[in-house]
Amino acid sequence: MIEKAGMTDARKSLYFHLGLIGALFILQFILPAYHHGNLARIMVLACYAMGYNILFGYTGLLSLGHAMFFAAGMYGMGLPMVHLGWTPEPALISAIAAGVVVSAGIGFLALRTSGVSFMIVTLMFAQAGFLTILYFGEWTRGDEGFVIKQAERVMAGFDLSQPVNRYNAALILFSICLLLTIRLVHSRFGRVMIAIRENEERTHMLGYDVHFHKWMAVIMSGTMAALAGAAYALLFGYAGATFASVQYSIFPLLWVLLGGAGTALGPFVGTLFMFYLIDLSSSFTTAYMLIAGLALVLLTLFLPQGLVGEFRRKVVPWLS
Amino acid sequence: MKKTSKSLLTPRRQVIKGAAASLALGAVSMPLMGRYAQTQSAEPIKIGFQVHRTGIGAAYGRWYDRTTMAAVEKINNAGGINGRPVEIIAEDDGTDPKRGAEVVEKFATQHNADLAFGTLFSHVVYGSAPRAGELKIPYFVVSEGHHVASGALNRYTLQPGITDVKSQVQAMAPFVADNLGKKVTMVYPDFAFGHDHRDYFSAAIEAQGGQVIEKIAIPPTETSFTKYFPKIPRDTEVIYHVMVGPAVLTFVKEMGEFFGSSRPEIFGFIDSLEATDLSSPGLEFLEGTYFWEGNPRYAQANQSEYDKAYRAAVGVDANGASVSDSKDVSTYAHMFGCWETLHIVKAGMEASGYRGTGDRAKLIEAVESMSDMPHSHAHPQGAKRFNGKTHQVFGHQYITKVSNSKLDLVHTTSIEDTLYPDEVDYTKQSF
Repeated sequence: MIEKAGMTDARKSLYFHLGLIGALFILQFILPAYHHGNLARIMVLACYAMGYNILFGYTGLLSLGHAMFFAAGMYGMGLPMVHLGWTPEPALISAIAAGVVVSAGIGFLALRTSGVSFMIVTLMFAQAGFLTILYFGEWTRGDEGFVIKQAERVMAGFDLSQPVNRYNAALILFSICLLLTIRLVHSRFGRVMIAIRENEERTHMLGYDVHFHKWMAVIMSGTMAALAGAAYALLFGYAGATFASVQYSIFPLLWVLLGGAGTALGPFVGTLFMFYLIDLSSSFTTAYMLIAGLALVLLTLFLPQGLVGEFRRKVVPWLS
Repeated sequence: MKKTSKSLLTPRRQVIKGAAASLALGAVSMPLMGRYAQTQSAEPIKIGFQVHRTGIGAAYGRWYDRTTMAAVEKINNAGGINGRPVEIIAEDDGTDPKRGAEVVEKFATQHNADLAFGTLFSHVVYGSAPRAGELKIPYFVVSEGHHVASGALNRYTLQPGITDVKSQVQAMAPFVADNLGKKVTMVYPDFAFGHDHRDYFSAAIEAQGGQVIEKIAIPPTETSFTKYFPKIPRDTEVIYHVMVGPAVLTFVKEMGEFFGSSRPEIFGFIDSLEATDLSSPGLEFLEGTYFWEGNPRYAQANQSEYDKAYRAAVGVDANGASVSDSKDVSTYAHMFGCWETLHIVKAGMEASGYRGTGDRAKLIEAVESMSDMPHSHAHPQGAKRFNGKTHQVFGHQYITKVSNSKLDLVHTTSIEDTLYPDEVDYTKQSF
């Protein structure tokens, strides 16, 4: 009986998210050009946040170094395109490979620690990654970064610099990441991840290999972040060290907190909310980060589970 | 039949009456139409100003803003552009390449601005330029980066108001080799801006028979520099330094402590000390050293009437600080670029008969066809030569010497000193 109810909930949740994807598809025909462009970027960044959410929201590991995974994908995509003349298809594979390798390596080392130490170690690794990009300035052009030319950003015959193609490419990527997240949290593996978040000791006592699950969570999370980084480079034509800086490690944490950690949709809602909060507030004050900070404080105080988290708690308990 | 004939054969008096009536109507309606036509043409020209209000570029952004507003006021007081007033729409890019791209999108698709303008930091230019090219909005940067002339960007991106780092650096080499020494040690930040200096200056000093004998790259996170000074070879004749950010004060102080009273000649780029008062404690050691300046901060003995007028318009005193606050030092070596760029936009729009966003390509072609620009109220920094193929302007560079905590002009380079072979021809790219 419980099994069956669970199935139904999972199905409801799936339909809900499929409905959202459908709505995003239709929105492209309605939105004015400015918001159309914004939404494409928000969907890409939401993938970054969804990657972050796998580790933070579902597994309970707070990383302060995810910018290095985002940058691994960005440079995994950009460097071979610019220096080796690769087309986007193999470059995308190299970006994913870069994400897997970097997150597997960093995860292996960083998971020797936990809690606050894990935060600090990931922060330090990310800083080292940032400095490495600057150090190899001859290829990466360091902080200045480099442009991936419009003519080279053609994938499977689609010119990704065109608004319609860009939007739909972002939507496809977003859908893949969203559905993968939902699939993951309903899988056996995902349930172990959540169990680790809720009570690591008990999960360990129940006989699960906690370390392995955490490591895999870092790899999945890092690779999804890398995928978002690769997509940013490809869709917006730029790769630069700024995206590897500490500020870009903090962003996904904020987006996820705002939207709701441990909800499939929270990262998207958080990214969307934060973007428009900054976009609107920056038009009348330079202290827009203060407003963003204030909003975050208020949300943490009054909606501690984030926007989607509270929505789930009060309205739709079946939401993934 | 009768009726028809009557209407056909209208009596002369009636015709005259009718004509008078229609003339009167015309006379009444014409001013209305005229007024309408005028409102159409008096629609402001909207210039999207991508400004570093927050982030690392904020000090520059503040002065870029003041210079821009002063230039717009001057242009509007003189009748605007093609009889239309100029309106500045400022958006903060946070000195961030992602936000920079978003701001350019906002100018193009929400504000429906005629063009985007004003970016300084190179990473923001790199991040934003692809979007400007895709959205086909002219993007006039004031960045001094070599990005435009290197061919990395696109036909919609131009830098007609400020020279680039490559030409600035190479133009310094003859002066350094002839007056300061031929054995140079370079100290620079270990990121792209520093690497540009390293590469361009090394090549340029060799062409003058000199040599860079040591290159000391300082990681951007460094806050103390004492461990780097022992790396300076003893036979160094000139130290060439270019540091950016707040660490420069520590850098100068520690360099002074290291050398004491016997130091080699020192040459630096003012970028380190833009918006910084030269009489700040710790900078005494700079006395007698030399600086590149894009435009001399202190009003010189031979100050041109153009610099005088420009300085007054922006609100800068003879010491390069704000007239309302002597502690608020300007970014004088760079900010003239905003003033000059806006005058070029005006000249380009007037030459092309620019009417609206449909004429953006015409505006770019008009600017591409520009070449020599005389020293004038529109170009108070000095005469310029624009290269339409590379979208980059070339101009005089100034070398000043610190004496009594002020910068005195000792050398002005020729425009020829700053030229280098073309690396791109943007005019071959389609719009």
